[in-house]
Amino acid sequence: MRFAIPLAAALALGPMTARAERPADFEARFAQEARRADPSFAGFSAARGRTFFTTRQGGDWSCSTCHGDVPTAIGEHAVTGKRIEPLAPAANPERFTKPASVEKWFKRNCNDVVKRACTAQEKGDVLAWLMALPAKETR
Amino acid sequence: MIRAPWLGIAGIVLACSVSAAESRRAPLPPAYVDECGSCHVAYPGRMLDAASWQAVLAGLDRHFGVDATVDAATLAPLRVHLEQTARTKPTTAADATPLLRITETRWFRGEHDEVPRRLREGPAAVKPADCGACHRHAATGSYAERDIRLPKKETTR
Repeated sequence: MRFAIPLAAALALGPMTARAERPADFEARFAQEARRADPSFAGFSAARGRTFFTTRQGGDWSCSTCHGDVPTAIGEHAVTGKRIEPLAPAANPERFTKPASVEKWFKRNCNDVVKRACTAQEKGDVLAWLMALPAKETR
Repeated sequence: MIRAPWLGIAGIVLACSVSAAESRRAPLPPAYVDECGSCHVAYPGRMLDAASWQAVLAGLDRHFGVDATVDAATLAPLRVHLEQTARTKPTTAADATPLLRITETRWFRGEHDEVPRRLREGPAAVKPADCGACHRHAATGSYAERDIRLPKKETTR
């Protein structure tokens, strides 16, 4: 029974520690993907990410339509009015910690905004901008 | 008077159990709230009949204009939940096709016919999908009459 408590703790914490990631982990993965897609990949640009996020990309909506121009603030769904928690990690530590969630929302929202899947370059640019946003900025 | 206490308690218990019909319902499954409660409040199954829910689930890739796809493994139990809790009275259009919008159902329109005009149109209008604007516990699936609070006049959304 001596190992019972450590075992229980490992069982309890195992899935959490295995699954929880940091925004930088996603950025690194997007960089790998971007390099595979384009050997001349030259890194991500927060400025480019901001433009991509705040302007329409062919559809009726931009990312900002629901997430706001500065996503350290609370957003609001354009149709339903539902509150959307801040997207920037500094303002909402739950963001960019779960691969399944990140994958799901990029798939859905890129289809809505860009009418196709986003490239790794686009995702990385947006994430670079989101990670650069300070927590305090709300407008 | 001596026997009053337990009578009183029994009365309170009875009153609560009657008026709390809404809150006695089974809570919404967390997976359902996770998947179907992000962009809008998680609408309880009882708001549409089974045919309507089937039609909604069949079109998640273009769900009211947006991509709301859910992977198959996650969707399966949600489908069961909606089938089990679906409205038993039909929610069909005049041409007998299943309605997709809760706001177009006869029961919804009947329940909301007393909503004041200022909340239906104009600057203070409430988005029809925003149940929580008036139903304070909509997020938990409870729409009890006593939990309704209409937004104040000066509130604009």
